[in-house]
Formats: sequence, C-alpha cells, structure tokens
Amino acid sequence: MTLVLDQVTRVVSAETHIHSTSLTLTKGTINLLLGPTLSGKTSLMRLMAGLDKPTSGRVLFNGVDVTGKPVQARNVAMVYQQFINYPAMSVYENIASPLRVRGAPKTEINRKVREAAGLLRLEDHLEKTPLQLSGGQQQRTAIARAIVKGADLVLLDEPLANLDYKLREELRVELPRIFEATGAIFVYATTEPTEALLLGGRTATLDRGRITQFGPTIDVYRQPRDRATAEVFSDPPMNFASIRVEGSHVRVMDRAGRLTVVEFPTIGELHGLGDGIYTVGFRPHHIALERTHARQIAVAALTAVSELTGSESFIHVDVGGERWIALAAGVHEFLPGKPVELFLDPDRFFVFEPDGRLAVAPTGLAAA
Amino acid sequence: MARIELIDLAHAYRPHPSKPSDYALKRMRLTWDHGGAYALLGPSGCGKTTLLNIISGLVSPSEGRILFDGRDVTGLTTEKRNIAQVFQFPVVYDTMTVAENLAFPLKNRGVDSSTIGRRVIEVAGMLGLTSDLDRRARGLTADMKQKISLGRGLVRADVGAILFDEPLTVIDPHLKWQLRAQLKKVHEEADVTMIYVTHDQTEALTFADKVVVMYEGDVVQLGTPQELFEKPAHTFVGYFIGSPGMNVLPAAIVGDRAFIGQHEIGLGAGYNPLPVGAKSEIGVRPEFLRLGTGAEGFPVKVRRVEDVGRAKILRCELDGMPLAVLAPESSRLSGDDARLVADPTQVHVYADGHLVEASRMSGRA
Repeated sequence: MTLVLDQVTRVVSAETHIHSTSLTLTKGTINLLLGPTLSGKTSLMRLMAGLDKPTSGRVLFNGVDVTGKPVQARNVAMVYQQFINYPAMSVYENIASPLRVRGAPKTEINRKVREAAGLLRLEDHLEKTPLQLSGGQQQRTAIARAIVKGADLVLLDEPLANLDYKLREELRVELPRIFEATGAIFVYATTEPTEALLLGGRTATLDRGRITQFGPTIDVYRQPRDRATAEVFSDPPMNFASIRVEGSHVRVMDRAGRLTVVEFPTIGELHGLGDGIYTVGFRPHHIALERTHARQIAVAALTAVSELTGSESFIHVDVGGERWIALAAGVHEFLPGKPVELFLDPDRFFVFEPDGRLAVAPTGLAAA
Repeated sequence: MARIELIDLAHAYRPHPSKPSDYALKRMRLTWDHGGAYALLGPSGCGKTTLLNIISGLVSPSEGRILFDGRDVTGLTTEKRNIAQVFQFPVVYDTMTVAENLAFPLKNRGVDSSTIGRRVIEVAGMLGLTSDLDRRARGLTADMKQKISLGRGLVRADVGAILFDEPLTVIDPHLKWQLRAQLKKVHEEADVTMIYVTHDQTEALTFADKVVVMYEGDVVQLGTPQELFEKPAHTFVGYFIGSPGMNVLPAAIVGDRAFIGQHEIGLGAGYNPLPVGAKSEIGVRPEFLRLGTGAEGFPVKVRRVEDVGRAKILRCELDGMPLAVLAPESSRLSGDDARLVADPTQVHVYADGHLVEASRMSGRA
C-alpha cells in the first residue's frame, strides 16, 4: 500500500502554504510530519486526505490518481488534537459507529470493536460514555474508531497535544505497537522532536511549507541534511555560531560577525573546509562544563539563566551575543551574570554552508 | 510581594461532604514565602486548578482560610487580593497595539502615564517584544499573543503574587525554552511570589524553587526539584516526575537487602522490618540503573531499545516485570540478555506507596 504525493503544491489566495512536495509513504511504519506551528503539517495532511485539492501536482494511491477525489470517496480516517467522540453514545458504540454506517454484520462489529478495544486498553470502559473517561481514554476511543474503520490511510494531527504529560508518555510507548498491528498507512503530525524520537518510524521535517528531509527518524536526527532540518529536529534547540575558516585556523565569531570569540586550528573533519564563512551547529548535551579530552575548545560565556530539573541542568549562556543552551547531567547552578567556561567538541560539530547545506557532519558518534 | 498561608484548607464542589472522595481538595496546611517561585504539579483532576482558583478568589473554599501577609483574604474577591493572573489561552485585545495591551492593566488602575510608559518598555524588553510595541495584536501568532498575555501579568509592579495557569501549553517547543528562561529571569529580578500550575514536569521543575506535587486532591510532596528527583516521598511522585518514571518493583526487605523473587539487590542502608501486611516495594530511577559487566548485577531481558537521541531507553523485563533503564547515547547491546546494576544509594523502600526511612547505615552485623 502506498501513498504518493507527486509535486503537489497548495496556494491559497496568493500565499503558498505548500511548496512543490514529492513524498512516498508506505504502510507498516509510522510516518511523522515534524515542524513548528504553521510549517505546513496540517495543510499537507489535508491534501493527503482529499479535504483540500492541490493547486498543482498529483496524489496517487496504490498507483491510482486520486487527486480530485473528495475525502468521502476515499477510505481515510482522521484523529485530531481535540477529542472527538459522540458524547451520548457508549465507548462501544463510538468505536462501532463506522462499521454500523457501513452496515457490517453484528458478529463482525462485535469482533472488531473488541479487538480494537483490546489494542487500546479500553476493554473495561466499553459501557461508559466518553465524558466519564479521562482525556487519555477519550483519545484512545477516537484512535480505536479510526482503526476499526479499516481505513487505508489514518491521519493523526497532534493527537496527544491536549493530554497530560504522563498520559502522552504512555501513549507514545504504545502507539508504535498499535500502528504495527494495523494494516494502514499512518501519518502523524507533531511539533515535538522528543515525540518523534520516541515514536520512531520515518520522519519528514517541515520548514515553512517545505519538506526539508524524509527518512528513518533517528537518521534524520543524526544526519540532518541542512540547517533548517537540524533546527526543526532539536529540543533543546541546537546551538549555532558563525565561524570563519582561514587556512588552518577557525575563528568563532560573535553575533555581529566582527569580533573573534575563540580561535582554534582546523582539526578532524574541519580540515577539508575551504576558506570562508560557515555556521556551526552543536547540540546542547554536547557542551561540557568540564574538560574531558584535549581536543575540546574552551569558550568563555556569561550565564543568563540556569534551569535545574533535579537531575539535569540547562544553562542558558551568552557568547558574543549568541544565546546557547548547555545541558548537563546533575545539578550545576550558575547565577545570572556569572562567567562560565564551556568546552565544545569539534567532533560533534555540524558545519553548514552559507546557503544552509550541510558541509561537515559530526564524527563523534561513529567513534562512540 | 506576599507570603501566602493556607490554613486547614479543603474544598468540595458538592454540599455536605462526608468521605474523603467527596473532596476535590483534601485538608492541607501550607506556607509560601515572600518572593518564592512555586509550582503546583499533577495530572488532570488532581486539584491543582481548584487550589489556584481558591488562591485567586475565583472559588471560595468550603473549609479553612487563606492569609496574604497575615491578612485573611478568604472572603475577598479577586480584585481585592492584589494579584495578577496569566491563563492557558492568550487574553489579548485584538484592536489594540502590543503597547496598549501591555498598558491596559495599569491604565485600568489609574496609574500615571509616565510610569505606564516606563513599565511597558521594561516588560517588553524582558519578553523580547520591544520591536513589536506598535503592531496591532490582530494577526499575531498564538506564541506572540501568549507573550503579550505574560507581559500583562507582569506589568503591574505592585502585585503580591502572579498566578500562572498552564501558560506555555499552546507554545511551540523551541519558544518554550526562550519563554521559560525569560520567566525565570523575571522572577529573579522582580521579587514577587509566583505560583505556576502545570502538568508538565519540565516546566514545573525548571521554574520553581519548590514544587507541590498533587494527586487525587492531596499534596503528596513539597520539595525542591532535586528532592523530588532523588527522594520521592511517594511512588506516585517517582512515577510522575522523571521520563521514564521511577521503576517500582515488589520486594521483600531484609536489613540492607531487597529480594525480588530470587534476585538480591543491595540497599544503601539498613531497614527495620516493614509493618506486617504493608505492600512492600523498592523504587529505583532509570537513571540509577546501568548495564553490568560479567557476573555483576541481576539478569534481565531487553525487550526494546528506544533511541531518543541523547540517550537510549532500554525497556527490560525482570521476571516479567517491566523495568526501564536510561543508558548513554553510546551504549551498545549484544542480544537481548543483559545484567543490570542499581546504585544502592538510590534504591528506595516504600510501604503502601510511602517512602520508608532507613534505620541505620549499611553494613551487616
């Protein structure tokens, strides 16, 4: 089973919501759309569902062109951020409703409802009405209904956003198992990189109406192809600095690009860079508060704020006008305005060209 | 600035409460200091919003009193309590500019225009709104509008307390990092009591000096983020704080040893026998379990490995019971058999869900 977007675009009153996008989705794994609000996740889902018609391009389902076909004529199920159930019906009837509409025989309805309820752990709640359930159980009911429908395509638009943190955590662990057990193409939109990592599958990162990369989730996280992807797929946000490479020297510049924050020789992969200006990106947990090996580069910073969770510390610092976040295990409190020495590991650097393309990927992980 | 005291406070939404389950908020006595940053943390329905509404005066408690700086405010309306509030969804006037929105709470109270001008500039600076002051609020993104809402909460210099009800729920992850840091900074500079309600542990722990963890209408622990992490007073706190939460396993406790079936785990200290009939458990956080080498530790089956980027979560089973381990980014596993070692100083003992204090230092007689 495949869903193909072939150079689809969506333009609404002269405003481009989706730039030309081609994408092939298959069943058996979850396909994530990851990006901030207004990056185009919902617009893309509406095109996939047939709720909106693309301005140009084609949508193919199992090789058949379904571009103009309205949502009613397709076999699609959707789950939204809001919990949408029939409040007057029992959970059982809620899950059964798409089967009743279709006129399925009673025994089939009973079997499928109980199967889906088992998968979503709703067996003990089938006689209740949705409002007697917790938010998590209400959303489980909506997901069970989508699954029972036997849809070819199930679209979930930030389905956990209205749930408590801990309920989200539980469902994130369970959902991949549920998706694997069901024979549909799943598409799941989220703003949260952590959610994408926990769900696994394949991820498409979105930036202002464009898919910047699509591949196995952990690969996109570890090997973003450009700066936009790295930025979208980071939480805490990736740290960036402008660097100037001259011969065998690298200078980290301040935000204005005038003063040198720190200078170091081109080591490792940085060696192959031609002279010029680049952007380096590095993840917050790859900034160290103590030197652990000789290749690290010491940088003087000023503390803006420290946040302590009890097990980790997030230290927001100012370096030449750039704001970075360092994430360290344990409790390290630095008062605002306090100077702090940070250690960067050049083996963990992503180096981006001025146009955003990745020039050098970190080698740190291969070595680890 | 205000010290807030809750004296034997309890609340039931229905009349004539008779049993504990009739109460949305069970009897509590708490004192919050001048200028502190507090979080009320718990799942939906735990009573945290009821408590916040009682403090703000939106709900009148069925029992007990609230004092602000020693003054009984239990019967006072919200306006008379001198507090500011920030809600989950932005409260912004679309037809006004950002500056006019920020000025509104001050104008409303007849503050002179030079003070208003100064405060608006200050607050806009804190929240990174300086370049947007002349824009109309209409058409701004949800993030921007919530910043304005925060600004309106912060603009009055004379409030005793600022109450936040899930203020960052609608904010995108990246901006959350910025806004949290800004709020923290504002608190450090403003010297005002802040109370922050959330279900999100990261927000609660990073914001607050002291976190009040609530569960089914009860305060189950009040502590610093470190105390909540390292010494959960209740298995619920262990579960609710931390991702994944604390592993809780049934165990028999004998002195400084815990026995889970045939497996033995060392405890950091010795324990007196637990009360007869009490549910006896140990709790150990995924952070304090590591993969053992050779014959050390106890054997588990690794069912799944979740690579979450900066760490790996190993979902293991010990005699069929689930056990999560947080392992470094670089961890390598071969096959699904592994051995785990627990840091004995971080293994806690619980009787009927409540933390049991050790009786003596480790070492067998």
